[in-house]
Amino acid sequence: MDLFDLFGFLKKKEPSSGTVAKDRLKLVLVHDRVNCSSQVLEMLKGDIIKVISNYMEIDEDELDINITQTRSEDNSGTVPVLYANIPIKSMRRNSN
Amino acid sequence: MGEVIVITSGKGGVGKTTTSANLGCGLAIAGKKVALVDADIGLRNLDVVMGLENRIVYDLVDVVEGKCRLKQALIKDKRYAGLYLLPAAQTRDKDAVSPEQMQKLCENLKEEEFDYIIIDCPAGIEQGFKNAIAGADRALVVTTPEVSAVRDADRIIGLLEANELSSPSLILNRVRPDMVDRGDMMSMDDVTEILAVDIIGVVPDDESIVVQTNKGEPAVTVESSKAGQAYRNITQRILGNDVPLMEFKQEESFMDKLKKLFHKG
Repeated sequence: MDLFDLFGFLKKKEPSSGTVAKDRLKLVLVHDRVNCSSQVLEMLKGDIIKVISNYMEIDEDELDINITQTRSEDNSGTVPVLYANIPIKSMRRNSN
Repeated sequence: MGEVIVITSGKGGVGKTTTSANLGCGLAIAGKKVALVDADIGLRNLDVVMGLENRIVYDLVDVVEGKCRLKQALIKDKRYAGLYLLPAAQTRDKDAVSPEQMQKLCENLKEEEFDYIIIDCPAGIEQGFKNAIAGADRALVVTTPEVSAVRDADRIIGLLEANELSSPSLILNRVRPDMVDRGDMMSMDDVTEILAVDIIGVVPDDESIVVQTNKGEPAVTVESSKAGQAYRNITQRILGNDVPLMEFKQEESFMDKLKKLFHKG
């Protein structure tokens, strides 16, 4: 094992298990904290598409909606945010 | 006026009872009058960890139900002046006590002029947890650097804050500095960043904890124990003294040095 380790730098660098643990935890806690299941998120996604489609044509395949974390404004900690990346194909002419 | 501190974690087996025993003992050695309360009704353990299992006559449920006076149930630890244990009942379940009764018990203990009342909380988030935190002024959350324990700690912190026990302090237990150095264990900074709470102590994984628990004498009393030193530091911080967090410097073996040399290339 030690001998393999010596040549570790030749192999493709994988993230350490500690980093993997931290990243997994961050993701799972975001969902734990807001008490939002992936099912609820899917429903939310559906509703957002419905509303926005009234005004503009969007690329539903490229649509990305997620709950992540960001620094709070007073920098005291992190707060959950709803992040949505919605590519617009074109505006609907009859929207106004 | 005494302070009631609850030691909690959510997940079982992360070291709540060991932490309770060590901090209680540490505070008593520092000259304080301390009551250790085992709130884990049905699964009592603080008595064996403290080596006081042979001296139990009455327990917490007896006190709450008025079968004995509080003073009769408090076991005086003869080794450390000012240290008392209120054991849990072993043959009852968590529903034998209500949060209101626990609150009253804590008030009565304060009237007995205890400086610190340390409550060892059971694992879980149900009745036993609600009872244990009912009378607490402050909470210490114990976790280990593992995904399951940190996740549960996060849940507990949320529940504590919902119950007006805001800003709990974290104790990171069973840290293996060698694994942290290798990147195979989350560091103190990783865990505090994730949980966004203040840390009051880091306790290294230490064989002396097992040895001392075998004997029924907390490691905090052993001068040479690293974990004991960590608990002595936490004791000082509870007393309001500023002590720097422990640094774990590993002595490098020849093989480690060789590895580093090669990795640089």
